[in-house]
Amino acid sequence: MEQAELKPGDVIERHRLSTRLWHWTNALTLLVMLMSGLMIFNAHPRLYWGQYGANTDDAWLVIDDAGEVGFVEFVGVRMETTGVLGIWKDPEGEVKRRAFPHWMTIPSGYDLQAARRWHFTFAWILAVALMLYMLRSLWNGHVRHDLHIGKREWSPRHIWHDVTEHARLRFPTGAAAKDYNILQKISYIGVIFILLPLIIFTGLTMSPAMNAAWPILLDIFGGRQSARSLHFIAAFLLVAFFLVHMAMVVLAGPINEVRSMITGKYRLPGKISPPFEPELQQGEPV
Amino acid sequence: MTHRGLVLPRRKFLTGAALGGSGLLLSGCDALTENAGFRQFLRNGEALNKGAQRLIMDRSALAPEFSAADMSPTFKANGSVTGDTPEYNAHVADKFARWQLRIDGMVRKPLSLSLAQLMAMPSREQITRHDCVEGWSAIGKWRGTPLRLLLNQAGMSTKTRYIVFHCADMWAPDVPYYESIDLIDAFHPQTILAWSMNDGVLPIRHGAPLRLRVERQLGYKHAKYVMRIEATDDFKKFYGGNGGYWEDAHDYDWYAGI
Repeated sequence: MEQAELKPGDVIERHRLSTRLWHWTNALTLLVMLMSGLMIFNAHPRLYWGQYGANTDDAWLVIDDAGEVGFVEFVGVRMETTGVLGIWKDPEGEVKRRAFPHWMTIPSGYDLQAARRWHFTFAWILAVALMLYMLRSLWNGHVRHDLHIGKREWSPRHIWHDVTEHARLRFPTGAAAKDYNILQKISYIGVIFILLPLIIFTGLTMSPAMNAAWPILLDIFGGRQSARSLHFIAAFLLVAFFLVHMAMVVLAGPINEVRSMITGKYRLPGKISPPFEPELQQGEPV
Repeated sequence: MTHRGLVLPRRKFLTGAALGGSGLLLSGCDALTENAGFRQFLRNGEALNKGAQRLIMDRSALAPEFSAADMSPTFKANGSVTGDTPEYNAHVADKFARWQLRIDGMVRKPLSLSLAQLMAMPSREQITRHDCVEGWSAIGKWRGTPLRLLLNQAGMSTKTRYIVFHCADMWAPDVPYYESIDLIDAFHPQTILAWSMNDGVLPIRHGAPLRLRVERQLGYKHAKYVMRIEATDDFKKFYGGNGGYWEDAHDYDWYAGI
């Protein structure tokens, strides 16, 4: 079928099998990595820059409690977070003095070793899946055809146009929706080729054995404690990506979008209808 | 036809589903953590890490060493901050003058060495980073006797696979601290029994009179208050059978390279 003939309502093959498999593997793996990582963070809820860092050294981020107050201290500025961060109640109503609350961590109670086991086992799944996906995507043309950003797309006018269209929640329709737009390409390239490698290599830099094997890691990231900080920042950016990703899926038509990531088939959208029906009719006899 | 009471607003439904879902996920993860089969699956991470790190790392690859300018202003003391036995306290009282390190087990010539004898042997000085399993790091200067010199002097049996360190800090009655390493780490040039820290005598809170440094692994492997070194073919014979106090008490990984 010629591209010009594509119109809203047409069903196309959107996502390859490798993309769909990797997507759902990642969805599960990254969630486990995040939640077990937050539990590991609870063992020492302070972040530093440089080679070393412990309780008496300057931290740029601290989550702690003082008396009955939980707080986050970011570069010296303290924000009260009682009930959520630093001090909170577990499901039995018992007061806990830990950084991240039970509902954000795996396991839900304090257990450093169990969290490390979850984290390191799923880290292998994350790293191997990412490597296979990168190789597969180079091989099958996904990078070249779908993610590569053409010269025309890099023009500031084009980027600005896409930004303003997104801000007005006006998404491409018909044939224009067949390909990723520039903002999608930038986010996906950023996650696959920058954020995920960054989080894997900063994770490895925290390993004393890896420092002996590949000392260059410490030079690249500026020390073990800097690597630990960057690891946390990369995780935070992945959460930010996830939130925007979810918002976009909901706004662009969640059923069509989720279906396309399961079966690969995608219905080219026409005018996007609001994701939720107005609640006005609720309770009215239909 | 629908009736008022039967309509569940979609947003409320979605919120409820999301909350219920995350609750299920959490209790599911906790149940998995307790499940013996799944625990065994999660142990694959440790085996893979050890295999992969040993594969890419030269046996004698050195942990990074730092300059005096890189040292932590305060070196955090963690875990036990003193030995606990009456014998240990007696040694503290006479400044370890009558203290002796025993080296025995699967060796041809068991040894007993005083602190003065240890200090008279060739020693190694290194400024290294100490990484706690909790996430913090401190950089300090250590001087001590290379473990391989002691093992060579005692004449290890060919059956020896592990070196076990018996310590003076007690974590419960009959539960002393101990640790074990394999021969790759035991013969590593940076593996020393430190008797000096930051140019002074090794302080009690950091493991006086003798503390193991095994620089390519996490802090809990660096046994403090070392009283006796035993060569063995299998660490499963000792205490809880997992090769160390934290390994027995809290299921920590025996291999702590990450």
